[in-house]
Amino acid sequence: MRRSVPVGALVLAVVQTAFPSTSLSQAATGQATYEKWCAGCHGDTGAGDGPGATAMLPRPRDFTRGVYKIRTTASGEIPTDDDLRLVVAEGMPGTAMPAWKAKLSDQERRDVVAYIKSLSSAFASGPPKPIQISKDQGTGDQAIADGRAAFTKLQCAKCHGANGRGDGTSAPTLKDDWGHPIRAADLTERWKFRGGSDVPSIYARLRTGLDGTPMPSFTDAIEQKLITDEQLWHVAAYVHSLSPDAPKVREVVRARLATALPRSPDDGAWEQAERYWIPVVGQVIAKPRWFAPTVDGVWMQAMHDGRRLALRLTWNDPSSSPAPAWTEWLRRIDTTLTTADGPLPVQQGPDRLSVQWPLHAGDEMERPYFLGGDARRPARLWRWTSAPDRVEVGTARGLGTFAATSGDDTVTHVAHYDAGQWRLQLVRALRPRDTTTGPVFVPGRAVPVALFVADGSNGEDAVRGAVSTWYAVHLDVPTPPRVYAAPAITVLLTAGLGMLLITRAQRRETEAVQPEREAPR
Amino acid sequence: MKRAFLCIFALTVSCKSEKKSDAGAATPAAGAASTATPAGTASSGPSGDGVVSGTVHFAGTAPKNPTVDMSEEPTCKAKYTANPVDSQYVVNNGGLGNSFVYVKSGLPAGATYAPPATPAVIDQKGCEYHPRVFGMQVGQKLEIKNDDAVLHNIKAVPHVNRGFNISQPSAGMTTTRTFDKAEVMVPFQCNVHGWMQAHAGVLSHPFYAVSSPDGKFTIKGLPPGTYTLEAWHEKLGTQTSTVTVGAGETKTADFNFSPKA
Repeated sequence: MRRSVPVGALVLAVVQTAFPSTSLSQAATGQATYEKWCAGCHGDTGAGDGPGATAMLPRPRDFTRGVYKIRTTASGEIPTDDDLRLVVAEGMPGTAMPAWKAKLSDQERRDVVAYIKSLSSAFASGPPKPIQISKDQGTGDQAIADGRAAFTKLQCAKCHGANGRGDGTSAPTLKDDWGHPIRAADLTERWKFRGGSDVPSIYARLRTGLDGTPMPSFTDAIEQKLITDEQLWHVAAYVHSLSPDAPKVREVVRARLATALPRSPDDGAWEQAERYWIPVVGQVIAKPRWFAPTVDGVWMQAMHDGRRLALRLTWNDPSSSPAPAWTEWLRRIDTTLTTADGPLPVQQGPDRLSVQWPLHAGDEMERPYFLGGDARRPARLWRWTSAPDRVEVGTARGLGTFAATSGDDTVTHVAHYDAGQWRLQLVRALRPRDTTTGPVFVPGRAVPVALFVADGSNGEDAVRGAVSTWYAVHLDVPTPPRVYAAPAITVLLTAGLGMLLITRAQRRETEAVQPEREAPR
Repeated sequence: MKRAFLCIFALTVSCKSEKKSDAGAATPAAGAASTATPAGTASSGPSGDGVVSGTVHFAGTAPKNPTVDMSEEPTCKAKYTANPVDSQYVVNNGGLGNSFVYVKSGLPAGATYAPPATPAVIDQKGCEYHPRVFGMQVGQKLEIKNDDAVLHNIKAVPHVNRGFNISQPSAGMTTTRTFDKAEVMVPFQCNVHGWMQAHAGVLSHPFYAVSSPDGKFTIKGLPPGTYTLEAWHEKLGTQTSTVTVGAGETKTADFNFSPKA
């Protein structure tokens, strides 16, 4: 390596002016950590162009511009060190950026932040100026109602959709500062919010915007008295109220016994059935792999009436594919993401959801390979598509393979798309007439189940999509009549015997007392 | 120990700079020099009565401007009688409009020009930016107005300056921002309406113009000298021309753009 001393000295002089010496030595230490853990995605020079970058959406951040999403500083300003450390420690939920607090020590994280800052001249401009964060304005019903009104007034729905599911009219056209397609956040899944999901974090994002993305700062709207600061706090409270707390993943979905099954996915009877969150992730094993799925989880509910099993699957997808508004999105996805595993479909396909069971559930407890089974242990699929709107039943011997079977193993369905959400109800007999063609559901037993979901507007198909691991559906056992009769008989018998004993005791007491009273006389 | 780290870091950086190009190594110094100029305290640099005027020509047939589907925004759509178009190419009588023409080099070294007191203005009207192309000076105020009763966000996506992204959810809002470094051009975009695009040429001096719809431009007040002028167009890139202006002289500089191959 040839070393040019004058240039080195010049750079040293400039860098020394820009950074205090402590952060300079930190940066040098941080570089090693960066090269080991960060460069794979963010690139050797920090330009966000590491080998892994082109498969990712959102792309890894380009550090050379010094533009950061998560800040406590005004729009366009550099972040504070704490802002950067928060992202390194907690990661960016919903993206490929993991939380590093378990992997790197506090000191390592501080050093790597110092190094990342050295990658952009923006940090030479002086210390960052955090905004003044006012006092939290409450999260009660009144605050939420007020926040909802302000949400409407600020037209948040243009991108985030009327129900906050990221399906606004501008959503398909959004791009980041680098020209890459970017999604409007789904406000009903706040556990994925970058920079924190509590009300103060949401408020901070509203005040500062997410730089590099289409999300603007609303500070000017307050300064110009379009809304008050209190109202912006209420918007944060309202957005917070759109999501449940982060769902706990439970492996067994309980199918409750009901006297009658719901008739559609929008039947109020479904409110009686517990919701289970089934996370799904990009299918990155079989080719063509897919690192940028639209859907990240499906709510599953189950009921049975002793004869049939009903499933309700609910998931957010900003488009009912194919959707003309999303044609350009697919083209942009195609030019942004690497297609090393084969070209993306030119046309939008349908949306898809497959429910996967072992072909012979009940006969063997060993589950098929989770990606569509294999030759030895095939999987049974209930394969729904949005266009045409139908469910096919068949057997898979590996992901993407599917042989539809005729016969009486039929699954009826009702699918409903509503404001960024699919709701799908599937119903099948517990026991098909030909029990070799599909799982037999027996009350009291659990049957393995897995999901595959795809968004046709995102270039997803029968292989590119999001998959879950195996879960299980457990059918509640009907309560036999004697369970109700036995307690009643016991109560009657106990009460009867009790009465008898009391009566006898009282009689005996009366007889005994009489002579005693007479005795003294 | 600390000293050792400093040296190692400096050498690493210097090697990287060398790898890229020799010019790369000089960039930080140049950057430092330009930021060292105290903004606002500058008295106006040399000026004169030299004039450069001319035409930005466009050879051939102008490509068709794409129509904009504003059906998602009825408030804006109602402001147009015909389908609005995205005016990427403004061509009249062989002249190219909306071209930013400016003095790229030739002013005395170290000359600084105080920003004008009147602000530059960009208005959001009918879901389009007005003007679409404009010039302003470093440190000059930029007034961002919203005439539409719809949500706009205005995002500046510069490379040299710091950007911003401001929500303007209501008609009548005015926001003021400045840029502190020269940059040709700073793009503006609205993410709610993906078709909205504007560009600002930010300069440290006042010698710039935007060509009229028939391609004409005039730059006045130049001190005597030899200048390199550049004409920039959002789709067609840049062209340069060199001109020498004496005191009281009016010189012509023309530019010739042709359709992209």
